[in-house]
Amino acid sequence: MSRQSLSDTVHQSEGVERLVVLPFVKSVEIAYKSIKVRFFRSLITTMSLVLAVSFLSFVNVSNDVVNGFLAADDPEMRRMIVQSGYDVGPQDTSVASSPKQRWIVILSLVVCVVGIVNAQLMAVTERFREIGTMKCLGALDRFILRLFFLEAGMQGLAGAGAGALAGAVFALLNALIRFGAAAITYLSWNSFFVSVFYSIGVGCLLSLVGVFYPALVAAKMQPVEAMRVEQ
Amino acid sequence: MAADSNIVRVTNVTKVFKLGKVDVQALQGINLEISRGNYISIMGPSGSGKSTLFNMIGGLDKPTSGKVFIDEVDIAQLDAYELAWLRCRKIGYIFQTFNIIQVMTALENVTLPMIFAGVNSDTAVEKGMQLLDMVGLADRFSHKPFELSGGQQQRVAIARALANDPAIVLADEPTGNLDLTTGEEIIALLKRLSQERKVTVISATHDFKMLNVSDQVVWIRDGLVDKIEDREELSISIGQIGTRD
Repeated sequence: MSRQSLSDTVHQSEGVERLVVLPFVKSVEIAYKSIKVRFFRSLITTMSLVLAVSFLSFVNVSNDVVNGFLAADDPEMRRMIVQSGYDVGPQDTSVASSPKQRWIVILSLVVCVVGIVNAQLMAVTERFREIGTMKCLGALDRFILRLFFLEAGMQGLAGAGAGALAGAVFALLNALIRFGAAAITYLSWNSFFVSVFYSIGVGCLLSLVGVFYPALVAAKMQPVEAMRVEQ
Repeated sequence: MAADSNIVRVTNVTKVFKLGKVDVQALQGINLEISRGNYISIMGPSGSGKSTLFNMIGGLDKPTSGKVFIDEVDIAQLDAYELAWLRCRKIGYIFQTFNIIQVMTALENVTLPMIFAGVNSDTAVEKGMQLLDMVGLADRFSHKPFELSGGQQQRVAIARALANDPAIVLADEPTGNLDLTTGEEIIALLKRLSQERKVTVISATHDFKMLNVSDQVVWIRDGLVDKIEDREELSISIGQIGTRD
């Protein structure tokens, strides 16, 4: 009965969409393996993210430490803070990041996204053949998109996690050296964790933003073009 | 009923590539009918348009004019989903450069098309092992492509091409990157599988070893069908085949 199958099945148009599938669990598995195999390459892609996120986290956690001191409302500490270069007026009860600080952080994040786009475009070019082969085996555009986004998400989570932790630890060490043990005792752990998770969130977002265009390029590619590419 | 026995029908297909400002006419009106279950070789010198024709039949490229029917369905009419479905279920591809997905093991490569087809994992693995066994690689299922020789990679590709029991297997110069003996083994394997599984094998090639096993040979020259020879005619003229281009 295979004879009538194509013309019949193809024209049951509702059924067709569901005929080619890639279960979510399976795509996570493929994305994970793909990162594992190309570990070094993924590491480089993630490196700029780690650096930018750790900077963001460092700035935020440092502010948290200072805010902890200010909340304690001790004139001695206020003097210490001003001495170490923070811009605190006599009435201020908290420091927010200064415009200059914010500007540098944003700049570093922008540079980081550009770096990710660059690295991911390279990765797409390297994987032309693989993507084309998958398409020949029946992969839809959105399978390819999904794979790239999953990979970027995982890289983002790992990279931003590592970066946020590194930045936070460095900020705490820095505060310990400057202000002594008081830095830890007055620190509000609540705002500390908010800062760390905020940095991780921003990092993941950046990773996904960075992969958007390269993934689109990969997904839109015609299989025959991929096959034409020399090794 | 006569038309129904043709798995592939190509009518008046032309293809023009634009290279800068120059139009290159790769195909200039090909008519071809391929009947079910045959082993077809498309022969021709490089640049004759055989790869282009081959891509048309595989639904990898669209003709500039003319129509390609697979199982009497005009593939120009199919949308992206239907085309993906066709590639997944109806056609198996074998390439000159093997195109095994480098990051996956042999077994994962074979099961991938089945996963796309919605087969559940256990069944896919079971069938994948059967297919690998059939091509003689059952003991190497967990190997990555770089741990396999060229011939072994091509065997994995053949197993993968057959994963969803396609009606057509398209082989683009399957022996082009292999040495003589390995090439012969691959050809024998393809022939055996086409007979056992009643699959139509269409291979673009300029490997004369292919002629011995072909049911039909289509000669392409300058974007046109030069001649179509059946097996019987071939064996008569086999003495002069070696001297032909």
